[in-house]
Formats: sequence, C-alpha cells, structure tokens
Amino acid sequence: MKDTTVEAAFDVNDWLRQDQMPHFLCPGCGHGIALRALLWAIHDARIDKDKLAVVSGIGCSGRLSAYIDANTFHTTHGRPLTFATGLKLARPDLHVIVITGDGDCLAIGGNHLIHAARRNLDITCIMLNNEIYGMTGGQVSPTTSEGRYTSTTQAGNTEPTFDACALAAAAGAGFVGREVTMQVLALRDLIRQALGHEGFSFVEVLSDCTEIYGRKNDLGASPEMMLAKKSEMRPYAYRNTVDVPFRPNALRTGVLSQNERPEYGAAYRSMAAMIRGEREGG
Amino acid sequence: MTATRRNLEGNEACALGAIRAGCRFFAGYPITPSSEVAEVMSRELPKVGGTFIQMEDEIASMGAVIGASMGGVKAMTATSGPGFSLKQENLGYACGAEIPCVVVNVMRGGPSTGMPTRPAQGDIMQTRWGTHGDHAIIVLAPASVSEAYSETIRAVELSETLRVPVVVLLDEVIGHLTETVDLAAVPEAPEVWRKFADGPVEGFEPYEVTEDMIPPMARPGDGYRAHCTGLTHAPGGFPTQVPTVAAEALNRTTDKLILHRDRIESWRVQDTDDADLLIVAIGISARAARQAVKDLRAEGLKVGLFRPVTLWPFPEDALRETVAKAGAKTVLVPEMNQGQLVLEVERVLAGRATVEGLGKVDGQAITPDEIAAKAREALR
Repeated sequence: MKDTTVEAAFDVNDWLRQDQMPHFLCPGCGHGIALRALLWAIHDARIDKDKLAVVSGIGCSGRLSAYIDANTFHTTHGRPLTFATGLKLARPDLHVIVITGDGDCLAIGGNHLIHAARRNLDITCIMLNNEIYGMTGGQVSPTTSEGRYTSTTQAGNTEPTFDACALAAAAGAGFVGREVTMQVLALRDLIRQALGHEGFSFVEVLSDCTEIYGRKNDLGASPEMMLAKKSEMRPYAYRNTVDVPFRPNALRTGVLSQNERPEYGAAYRSMAAMIRGEREGG
Repeated sequence: MTATRRNLEGNEACALGAIRAGCRFFAGYPITPSSEVAEVMSRELPKVGGTFIQMEDEIASMGAVIGASMGGVKAMTATSGPGFSLKQENLGYACGAEIPCVVVNVMRGGPSTGMPTRPAQGDIMQTRWGTHGDHAIIVLAPASVSEAYSETIRAVELSETLRVPVVVLLDEVIGHLTETVDLAAVPEAPEVWRKFADGPVEGFEPYEVTEDMIPPMARPGDGYRAHCTGLTHAPGGFPTQVPTVAAEALNRTTDKLILHRDRIESWRVQDTDDADLLIVAIGISARAARQAVKDLRAEGLKVGLFRPVTLWPFPEDALRETVAKAGAKTVLVPEMNQGQLVLEVERVLAGRATVEGLGKVDGQAITPDEIAAKAREALR
C-alpha cells in the first residue's frame, strides 16, 4: 500500500550537499530530474539520513551520489550492486540505494544485476537510462535505440536494445518499474513504492542526454526529447495493444512486476540463527 | 591432543585466524586451490554472527568485501591466480579509498588458467603492482600452517589499524599442507579495530591529515554522512584535481606505510651470522631452503637463510644488515617462478653482494637438493 500521509514539505535543498553545488550535469540532462524525484521519494518514505547509504558506479549517473547529504559511496565501474550487497548484508539497518546508468548496470555490470535480482537482497536500484555513455563522450550503450548515431556507431546502431526491466523481472527482482523523467510525480511515487518493497527493487528511469546523444541524432532540446519519450510510452495496462518486436516492455511504464518472496538478508540471518540454535523471539 | 592443538590445512588456518581476529564477513567465488577458505568461512561465520556469501564472480566478491568494510565490519575474501587478477581493480579502489580488507591469495601455476592444482609463486609482483597506479599495500607470506593462522590474524589487525588492504600470500603447498597448530600459541590479545570517527560531525573530514597519517573512518549510521570515492580526493572526501592536493593524497597513503613499517615488517633468519652465502626465500621455497641450509652446514659450508614474512613493504633494512653482518658475498633466491623476488633482492642489495636466482616453473615444489646444488655451485 502506498503511504499517502503528508508530513513536512519536501525541499530538495535539505537533501543536497550545498557545498558540492553547482552540480556538473549538462543543461537539459534528465538526471537532475531523476535525482530530485529520488530525494523526494526518500523524503516521503521518511528515511533517516544517517541510515541512508547511496552507492553509485561510474559515469554521469555515478556522480550523483556526491550530491546527496547521506552516507555516499562512489565505487568502481559496473560494480555498485556488489558493494551494496556487502554493505547491506553487513549492515541490515541501513537503507541501501544504488544509482547506476545503462552502461554501468547493463553492460559491465549486467551479471551483477542478474544476481542481485535473483538473490532479492533488500536494495533499491535506480537505473538512469539515457541510452548513451555520456561521460566518455557518447559511445553506444546496450540501450541505445536501433539506428541511432553514436561515436562508436557512426552509421547507426545495428545492435538490438536491452530491456532492463524484463531482465530484472526474469531474474527474480521483487519489484520492477519504469518511468520517464517528464512524469516527475509518477516517478517519485514509483521510487517511493520501490523503497517500500522488502527485497530487490529495480526502477528504470528513462532519462535524456541532450548534449551528447540528442545533438548527434537531431532529437532537439530537452523538452522535445522528453516529450518524445512521453508520447512513446504506454501505461502497463495497455501492453497488449502495443506491438514492439525487440523491446516488448520498452514503452511500458509504471509498476511492471512485483512479487513477494523471501528477502535474502533475512533468510540468511534466520538460517544462521538456526545454526546457532537460536529460536526466533527466544 | 588438547583442545587448542588442531590438525589444520593452511587454507583452514587462514579462515580460523581471520575469525579469531574479528572478521565477520566473507564474500568469495570458488577457485582452486583456495576454495577451502570459503568453505570453512561458510561453515564458521554463521556460528559467530557473521555473514558468508558466495558471489557471482571474483570482482563481485571483492566489491562485496569492500562494501561490508565500508559498513564498519571486518571483511575478507580468498582467491587464486586468475581470480586474484580479476580482483585487482576493486583492490585498487580499497587502496585508494583506504578501506580495510584482507585478500588471501593461494598461488597456483600461471599465466592464465595455468596449472590449477600445482604450486607456484608467480604472483609476487602482482600482489605489489597488480592494480593500476601507485598505491600502498601490505603483503604477508606465511611459510607454515601455524604461520598462516598467525599471519592472517596479523593481516586483519594491520589492515584495520592502518586502513590498508592486506594480502595473505600462500603458495598451493602451504594452502593444502596439514600441520598441527597450537591455536593458543598466538597469545590472547584485545581485538583491534580501525579508528572510527567520534569527534564533532560538523567539519569532519574523512581523509583528514593526522600525525599518524591514518584518518579516522566514518561509519554509516554514526551521523557523519561522508563521501567515499575511488577518484583522487581531497581531505574532505570529494574529488580533486588540484595538483598539490592530489599529490599529497597519493603520497600520504604510501608514506603511511613507511611511517609504520616497524609494525609491519617481519622476517626470520637461520644461521646467518657467519654465512658466506645467504638464501632469500618465501613460502614452501623457504621450507626447502631451510633443509638445504642444514644439509650444507653438515658439509661445512657456511650458508644461512633470510625469510621475509612481510613481502611488501620488503624488509630491506633487515636484509641489508643481515648481509653486512654476515659478510655474505653471494645471495641466492630460489622461487617458483621465472624470477620475481630476485628482482627486489637485487634492488635492495644493489651491488652489496652477488645475487643469483633459481627459478622453477614446472608445477613441482622446489627441493632442498636443488637449492643445495645451486648453492654449492655458487660457492665454488
């Protein structure tokens, strides 16, 4: 159930490290909107800042952790989920959130995503998908749309795009959802739901890279790119009316799948207690 | 046999030593010949309230270990050959961000898949220089099962108190050797921890330059909200490219080990006082050399053994002094590779003695006879 109680008003400045401003994101980048929605969701979930641990990888998305006023860890390329796994298992009292990008999470870190989803450890993974390697100068990513131009697909991308949500769901993630940055409130609510889910939750945020990707593909400025994304999307309920060959889930937004199965950390601790001969509550 | 005397395998001794030193988290990926460390950890950690996890690969295990340590828990992993190579990037992260952690590396033949079940000592340089860039690291090389136990305890202690990754470097023979270990021979001592930040939250700098060069570590949940990154960082923890600050940050981590080297360096000598020829060896090669020294002494030849237990930083002053005191003209370095330790010995002695190498890469342990024959030849 979504908690709709309204408490203190959300002020993003309460959650940002003011001494790290201005941020380094390009004008028009969707990541700032995603960060705001994430912080808003954290605020709404009433997570104690001191108990909040944000782990990020490398790339544009990876830099976001430095702006959050919490315990933050900027780790190695593709591996934030592995750091988060150790952190969450060692410190179950912490709320562990991973911020990752499409290259970080699906290319170099694809294996870790599969197994994090399979294990179902209570981590919330926010994948910012801007279809490109922005920080390294605009190379093709596993989610770059087919036909699009990048600095390593100069005649257009010939690889099929990856459906991260379908992958995470198939691997067993407890909660899977997708939203576009244009729908800030929907995105906030989706992340809020993900944070409330006990188990591995995965949220794909369709972000936009205007400077590196949009410019090269004549996609217009940020508003145009966001509108295009929004116009392509379909709420999950209408999925059967859309026929998209390679990314059957690509345009669906909202909560795409949810299941209740044992959270890994709790299952491990209960097994360990049994080994020690302890009984629950005794 | 009393309860404190147990027959243990080297790998098992590493696991039990780590637990005794307070290690409560292990993440690993099975690889021969190190897998027993993970197996023992999976059995023992739940009993003491710790956590074991078998990750999807070597990289993930190293990441999880660092993550657990960032959470304030003592953490370790174990691996071998190709797995050690895979861990290097994250090991470098731990070096740069000064995250305590212990990596047991049980050496096997290489390169590549090499000879998985066969002993080798080919990772000597990889332990020191495996990750990219300059970095501080400690490597301990046990030569017996009881030393695998005590050195792993020391590895946890050094890693914690100095905030530096420590590698426990075994060769396959020591890893799989079974010997009787008196667990009580390591005296009971209070468990040591890294310095956790406990001062004012306001103005806290996670990489503050202190007199001992070891910054107190912020534990999540304690209110500090620090940032940790593998990027070159200023004392405040955030990335910097200011030349002077960047140089200071890197130099401090390496100077830290120089400052504390008396605590880190450890070595053993045998019959060195009057040695004309000094053998320098680690691990199972040192065990063979020990026998060779006995045999050669029985023949009336003046031969001694210098065994670095701390491999990095190399106990260079101790070696120079040992050579000077003995007046040794020749130093022989037997090792199970094409010549790695010999490079360091040459560097350290720099003309003070003639340094000869004896490499062996056939997957067989080096024998006392092989060392003795080479020593006789060198003495002729």
